[in-house]
Amino acid sequence: MADKKATRESYGEALAVFGEKYDFLVMDADLSKSTKTDTFKKKYPERFINTGIAEGNMMATAAGIATTGRTVFASSFAMFAAGRAFEQVRNSIAYPNLNVKIGATHAGISVGEDGASHQCLEDIGVMRTIPNMTIISPADHAETMGAVEAAIKHDGPVYLRFGRLGVPQIFDESDYRFELGKGVMLAEGNDAAIIANALMITPALEARELLKNEGINARVINIHTIKPIDKEIIACAARETGAIVTAEEHNVLCGLGSAVAETVCETCIAPVMRVGTQDVFGRSGKPAELMELYGLTAANIAQNVRTAIAVKKSR
Amino acid sequence: MNKTQVAIHAYNARKHALEGIYNAQSGHPGGSLSICDILSVLYFEVMNIDPKDPKNPERDRFVLSKGHCAPALYGILSERGYFPTEDCAALRRTDSYIQGHPDMKGVPGVDMSTGSLGQGISAACGMALAAKKTDKDYRVYAILGDGELEEGQVWEAAMFAAHYKLDNLTAFIDNNGLQIDGNIDTVMSPNPIDEKFRAFGWNVIAIDAHDYDAVQNAVNAAKTVKGKPTMVLARSVKGKGVSFMENNPAWHGAAPKKEQYELAISELDAKIAELKAGGTK
Repeated sequence: MADKKATRESYGEALAVFGEKYDFLVMDADLSKSTKTDTFKKKYPERFINTGIAEGNMMATAAGIATTGRTVFASSFAMFAAGRAFEQVRNSIAYPNLNVKIGATHAGISVGEDGASHQCLEDIGVMRTIPNMTIISPADHAETMGAVEAAIKHDGPVYLRFGRLGVPQIFDESDYRFELGKGVMLAEGNDAAIIANALMITPALEARELLKNEGINARVINIHTIKPIDKEIIACAARETGAIVTAEEHNVLCGLGSAVAETVCETCIAPVMRVGTQDVFGRSGKPAELMELYGLTAANIAQNVRTAIAVKKSR
Repeated sequence: MNKTQVAIHAYNARKHALEGIYNAQSGHPGGSLSICDILSVLYFEVMNIDPKDPKNPERDRFVLSKGHCAPALYGILSERGYFPTEDCAALRRTDSYIQGHPDMKGVPGVDMSTGSLGQGISAACGMALAAKKTDKDYRVYAILGDGELEEGQVWEAAMFAAHYKLDNLTAFIDNNGLQIDGNIDTVMSPNPIDEKFRAFGWNVIAIDAHDYDAVQNAVNAAKTVKGKPTMVLARSVKGKGVSFMENNPAWHGAAPKKEQYELAISELDAKIAELKAGGTK
């Protein structure tokens, strides 16, 4: 496997690469060095627009540009893109269904030292309740490349969620084919299913190994597109394993875990345990230490799988 | 087109706006009536548009940043031929496409969905910048409320427009001096509006919003300014054209009852008759 790389780095590269093939503009609100849109800016300075520290204006301006038929990527930290500019995203972008692709970086607890004010753990929740919005949370470089191109091709707004922290490479860029709205089966298994995305994929796969030693064979599914969610792969997992554990770097309220639970409730009842931050604000610290503190670990996923299986057996 | 015709369209638009608000028993008559004259000059004299081809990429754009005054915009769009004038009567009705606030997906001629104050001016900036980025020579017009200037986003957009030298953008401030809770000076004064916009790097022109020549002249002057957006501070009368609605904040978001509606229409009809008879006040 290649070295660790943050999905925000891959995002900047993807913009620069696809800038050749597709005609789009890129906007940023004074964070281009952090969101990595500066990778695009260096290559296409005339197609880059800095709005200064004004995220609300950036989103509505992006909408205005998109009305003229041009696709726009608008980038900031998840906290400001989905949080501060929520209403501009809802009213100026999503309501008229415009081609604004929101590149939200620094999502989740793994932002680390900056602490609670910058650790966005609510963005999936607020974006998910907006009609017309598509939400993608890619796991690694290859998936980010695929996600960005899919966002360009998709007609309508897309919220792309990227991390600050370097993550291991899961997929091989040469043969990974990203399909919007389709879950990816990473490992087979019928005792339980771990449904994860983004940087929780690696601990999910590690949890599977831990459980294997106990004779538990867990399925691992990557849900990179949280909306529209792949109901089929989730219902199938619920039916075939009867025990679901979700793992996300987000509040367990309204994120991937909630979306999975909603689908399971509508299709095939099975216990759904949700690993994620438990409705608390984060704190400053080293990313790895925070992941440990908030239970975003292989050990905690494995423990939740054991609980889910116990619930299944007790029914 | 002569000034009388522009005025007649403006007064017809007032009637369409009030008909929709009366039928719905909901909507914003005061601010709708104050912008009809500006809208009429823009849609009949100024803008390069074709109602038969409302999505033409070369067209001039208009953004009603004070989206709650949609009834006036619908009135003018229907007068201009984007859709039948009778449709204005179906404002805010569940089975109608005439939404309470401008909806670009559903209403022909609406260039941007607005309604949440402060956002439309940003969208107008985006349209103007897109023209610069694609070497198109269309122009972008917007109308903001004076109360709307209390939204911080307006000033983000003001900074942006000057920074990117959007000289193809002309924004009108419908300066009727009133907002829902009362006089703008007592609620939260945005004054001095002209000095603030000048300080933000805009070309500023002050006019009477109900003087058709002044609106036309301001637009012409804006076209000659290079490297700066233009803000037209248009002193207006809220409720203009209906005696009992004029300068009364109670009519910001209240629908007229039957007798009030009939009185309003009779006043507007009298004005139109006067215009047709040759008098242009």
